[in-house]
Amino acid sequence: MNWFVKNLWLIPAIPLLAAGLIALVKQRERTFAVAVSIGGMAISFLFSMVVFLQTVWPDGLFRETYSFDWVQMGEATLRLGWVLDPLSACMVLMVTFVGGLIFIYSAGYMAADKNFTRFFCFLSLFAAAMLGLVISNSLLLLFVCWELVGVSSYLLIGFWYEKPSAAAAAKKAFITTRIGDIGFFIGLLWLYRETGTLLCYDGGNGCLEATALSKLVSIGTIGGMALSTAIGLLIFCGAMGKSGQFPLHVWLPDAMEGPTPVSALIHAATMVAAGVFLIARVYPLVAATPAVLHAGSDSPAAMVASAHHADAGSHEGSAEATVARTAVHGDESHGPGKVSPALRVVTWVGALTALFAALIAVGQNDIKRILAYSTVSQLGYMFMGIGVGGIGVGMFHLITHAFFKALLFLGAGSVIHGCHHEQDIRRMGGIGKFMPVTFAAYAVGMMALSGVPLLFSGFWSKDEILNAAWMWPVSKGPFLLGVLGAFLTAFYMTRQMCYVFFGAYRGGEAHADDVGHSADAEHSHGNGSPSESPAVMTWPLLILAFFAVVLGAFGTPVWPSFEGYLEGHGASFQFGKLFQPGTLGLMGFSTLVVFAGIAVSWWFYGLEPPTDPDATDAVEQRLPRAFVLLRDKFYVDELYAASVIRFNAATAWFFDLLDRQFLDGVVRGVSFVVTGFGWLTRLADEFVINLGFDQGCRGIRWSGARTSRVQGGRVQVYLRVLGVALVVIVLLFTWGGLG
Amino acid sequence: MDSFAILSILTAIPLIGGFVLMAWRSATAEEARGTAITLSAIPLFLAILLWKNFDPGTGDLQFVERHLWIPTLGIEYFVGVDGLSILMVLLCAIVVPMSIWASGLVRENGSLHFGLVLLLQGGLFGTFTALSFFHWFIFWELSLLPAFFLIKFWGGPDRSRSATQFFIYTMVGSIGLLVAFMAMAMATGSFDFKVLAELGRSGELTAKLGETVSVWGLSGGEVTLMVFLGVFLGFAVKVPLFPFHTWLPSAYSEATSPTTMLLTGLMSKMGVYGFLRILLPIFPAQMAVLSTGLLWLAVLTIVASAFAAFAQRDLKRMFAYSSINHLGYCLLGIFAVGAGGGSGAAWGVEQAAALNGVLLQMFNHGLTAAALFCFVRFLEDRSGGLRGLGDFGGLRRIAPVFCGLMGISVFASLGLPGLNGFAGEFLIFKGVFSLAGWAAMLSTAGLLVTAVFLLTLLQRVFHGPLNERWTLLPDLSFRERLIVLPATVLMFLLGVYPQLAVGLVNQTVVEMVRQIQP
Repeated sequence: MNWFVKNLWLIPAIPLLAAGLIALVKQRERTFAVAVSIGGMAISFLFSMVVFLQTVWPDGLFRETYSFDWVQMGEATLRLGWVLDPLSACMVLMVTFVGGLIFIYSAGYMAADKNFTRFFCFLSLFAAAMLGLVISNSLLLLFVCWELVGVSSYLLIGFWYEKPSAAAAAKKAFITTRIGDIGFFIGLLWLYRETGTLLCYDGGNGCLEATALSKLVSIGTIGGMALSTAIGLLIFCGAMGKSGQFPLHVWLPDAMEGPTPVSALIHAATMVAAGVFLIARVYPLVAATPAVLHAGSDSPAAMVASAHHADAGSHEGSAEATVARTAVHGDESHGPGKVSPALRVVTWVGALTALFAALIAVGQNDIKRILAYSTVSQLGYMFMGIGVGGIGVGMFHLITHAFFKALLFLGAGSVIHGCHHEQDIRRMGGIGKFMPVTFAAYAVGMMALSGVPLLFSGFWSKDEILNAAWMWPVSKGPFLLGVLGAFLTAFYMTRQMCYVFFGAYRGGEAHADDVGHSADAEHSHGNGSPSESPAVMTWPLLILAFFAVVLGAFGTPVWPSFEGYLEGHGASFQFGKLFQPGTLGLMGFSTLVVFAGIAVSWWFYGLEPPTDPDATDAVEQRLPRAFVLLRDKFYVDELYAASVIRFNAATAWFFDLLDRQFLDGVVRGVSFVVTGFGWLTRLADEFVINLGFDQGCRGIRWSGARTSRVQGGRVQVYLRVLGVALVVIVLLFTWGGLG
Repeated sequence: MDSFAILSILTAIPLIGGFVLMAWRSATAEEARGTAITLSAIPLFLAILLWKNFDPGTGDLQFVERHLWIPTLGIEYFVGVDGLSILMVLLCAIVVPMSIWASGLVRENGSLHFGLVLLLQGGLFGTFTALSFFHWFIFWELSLLPAFFLIKFWGGPDRSRSATQFFIYTMVGSIGLLVAFMAMAMATGSFDFKVLAELGRSGELTAKLGETVSVWGLSGGEVTLMVFLGVFLGFAVKVPLFPFHTWLPSAYSEATSPTTMLLTGLMSKMGVYGFLRILLPIFPAQMAVLSTGLLWLAVLTIVASAFAAFAQRDLKRMFAYSSINHLGYCLLGIFAVGAGGGSGAAWGVEQAAALNGVLLQMFNHGLTAAALFCFVRFLEDRSGGLRGLGDFGGLRRIAPVFCGLMGISVFASLGLPGLNGFAGEFLIFKGVFSLAGWAAMLSTAGLLVTAVFLLTLLQRVFHGPLNERWTLLPDLSFRERLIVLPATVLMFLLGVYPQLAVGLVNQTVVEMVRQIQP
């Protein structure tokens, strides 16, 4: 076996070891913490680079696994393992690279924090968990790492634990994602029950391979739904929680209470992408229908292709992929009924969330919250991409988004750092002049996110999604939602740019809240105009900006190398595809939508930049009621507070009451009856039976005195009596036996 | 090893030590504690010796000592260990020294206090190794008495009532046990668990009970069911199972925290142990008949206690309910296995998975719950007895090590993968999902609510701004760190490598499953 496959565990193990080492040293060992943490990440990155190259090499390995025994269950054994395939290889590379840059940036950003060492411990723990998650071949191991990612996120969101809002946000994140995880957990158990394994790929015996899948699609559950669909949807619950999809999105914006590098690392680039990754990993299960499997049974290669079906949409692929597309998407003769319902749910949830979160982002004024909602929205696009176009489309957006969103968050962090911890965009303005490097990098990120054509990666990845949605007959609705979302994305990002970088500086003095906790955690220059951040923070920005541009080249319709790579066959230049019906037209259309969004926003905010921080927002002037609804996030939090949380508290109160009053009452009632009976017999003894028996009375008095001595609460006496009684019992038995 | 009566010695040392210590009335507090720690170190050493010499490759009884005791009644002194027993013996050997050390100096009657603790340990060792009802029951009761006095004399303000409630409740259960076993002994002439199990499986027990105890014209089946219920009551109270649990929150919260460590860490396991050693092997048919009702009770135990824990404002009461919740998973696994309804190798694997999970969960819970109450003790030591959820706030700033270590235990308790709680719960759920899917699905609600209240605890006690009252609160001392260190290390070790414990019990479980299966 390939040495690298066998030792793939080293990739997560090195950051884990780093976390362990840092946890054991004293708080003041700052240099040690930074060195170990970044060093660990660097080694993992080099290792990832090597394994990535192996998968990208022509005729390199496509999928190799390694399993080991974890725990016995009677005659059977529960096995765990990891897998090296294009999906895990590109993810480890992305996580170690983006993660590494954020680690470096954090060394500057968190320099003044008193818990600096702890911060790097948690960061390393997080990276280890995330890397473990992406290399897992066992869904159980994936779940283990999934929860560890959750707990690292809890620790990092609540890093400034003295702020009540941060402590609350951490708890909210953990619990909201755990709600989804319960679904995931049940899905796992069910899958385990039916297939007898949780290893994804295991030489034909894995739970994502043909044998297991054909069994799953043939079993019906409630409402005639195939079991594969039911399990797929349960697992999707977990993905919805982690990736902040509606209605479990509420934790993600609150998670911005954590330090900005945390927001960049886990609430934008990597952790929230875990949900999308999970669906990509179990895609064969989610997409499984009898038709797909039938198509797949013709040839093994088609099975792979049909499971990925990335060529659906505009790009004609190999013959196998054509079969697969027909099978997955159902041609006209089969109708949409042949499409896996789970895939349609994924598509719709993604599309709805994409629009919903984009709408909310329009009404926000906190620089990080706008980005947070844009993350929620973009994650929606990723799910939609997987749903309509297969893992190639969804994962491509995941990777490009990881770069430009990390860039945007780190840029926002740089702005916040420069503006003395001001996060309200109304109190910024004109910062482009003070922070030119940040401004340039941020502008690249903004254009990538908005999908400005040709040069920026976001354009290509988003176009792929819209294209696939348009081509698929059953996803016209999601396509429209996606287009609207694209317009809004361009709109709110331009709005943010105008508020932050253009016009005149409206801050002037440090914000009142600054006196609080986070101020002493991050260094504050005092009052005055914003200033550019140090090189340790700007360099990562520039590197990320570079990738935000060039990554697009790997997923153009002409050269869809990324999709080809994920499917295990190379991709070649095919200029002909550009001129297929629809491809260019749709590109033109989405370009128009983006420019429309930018133009409207520029007209609202750019032409006359606001000068007063308390001025009414341009949208609010025109649509006051709608704006309030958006600003208050459609009142989802309030709805939950009134329903779920209240229900939880009421149930707790009920069971507590049941215990204290009812059950304890029964016990007290019984004891009352017993005691009462005791009194009755005592009265009967004393006044009925013994009446007239003077001798007997004297006897009782004597024995009463003796007994009260026994009840004097002296343990030794009790125990002596116990011992004597025990001896007597034993003697009686023995004597009885002898006689 | 055969000639060396290690199990008898293991039980005898704390028993004799306990009586000697109690008799040494003039001992100072330091002397009493020092003696107790020394005396509890010997069983720890013996338990490790036992572990090293235990052969995990077989499900048979090992280190057996068997002597005729009361010949005419056929009463034997019969001890031995299999995987299940040895796991409990090890737990017992670990938690007792931890509790003694966490007690600190007991100024009032120190020798008596620690003597009772040792006596309790002796009773536990006896219970976990005995294989004949007669002396098993003596040890079972023997462990109850010290617990009663420990609550009654050293507990909180409402200690007397709680102790009495605890005692009477458990006593009622014990009477059920005693009567049931007397009936069985009359019918079969045996107190031996193994013999009774064989008779129970073959149906002879029912026939004999029908012949011998045919009062009021009851049939053999009905009598057996009554006998089953008698035994069941004894164990259901001890674990406890909903609705026999009302003694627990007040007993756990009124007892001093080191005593509660013993109650939750060890004594609650006696009940689960009884289910596994006695109820499941002897009464498989009765378990199967009542399985739906039993599973509902287990689900209710899990869900109700999790919600009730969420409603508590006293840390000890919260952990008390959490303890009920965690043992509920054990009962869920046992009842699902007992439900029967299938056969064959695949079914056996599910049953073995659930039972391995139950055994692992017993050990894990003993460790984690003991550690949690140990932390409550440390908190009480600092706050002068205050332990309300709202009495603190922001302690992490001044006591980061405290927060970190307690946080590990809390996350182990809520079943975070990578720490010990998860492996056991996963195995239980894995098995139960195949054996009784609906019960597993309903029980997952418990997993969620547990996370809610435990994180609320962390938030209220450790996070937020520092409560001004505790600005001088010291972090954990070296001694305190040392007390929780072994448990913490084991939490990580068993979380990553649960096979360490499962390997010990797997063959025993295979043997149990083989016996249960028709």
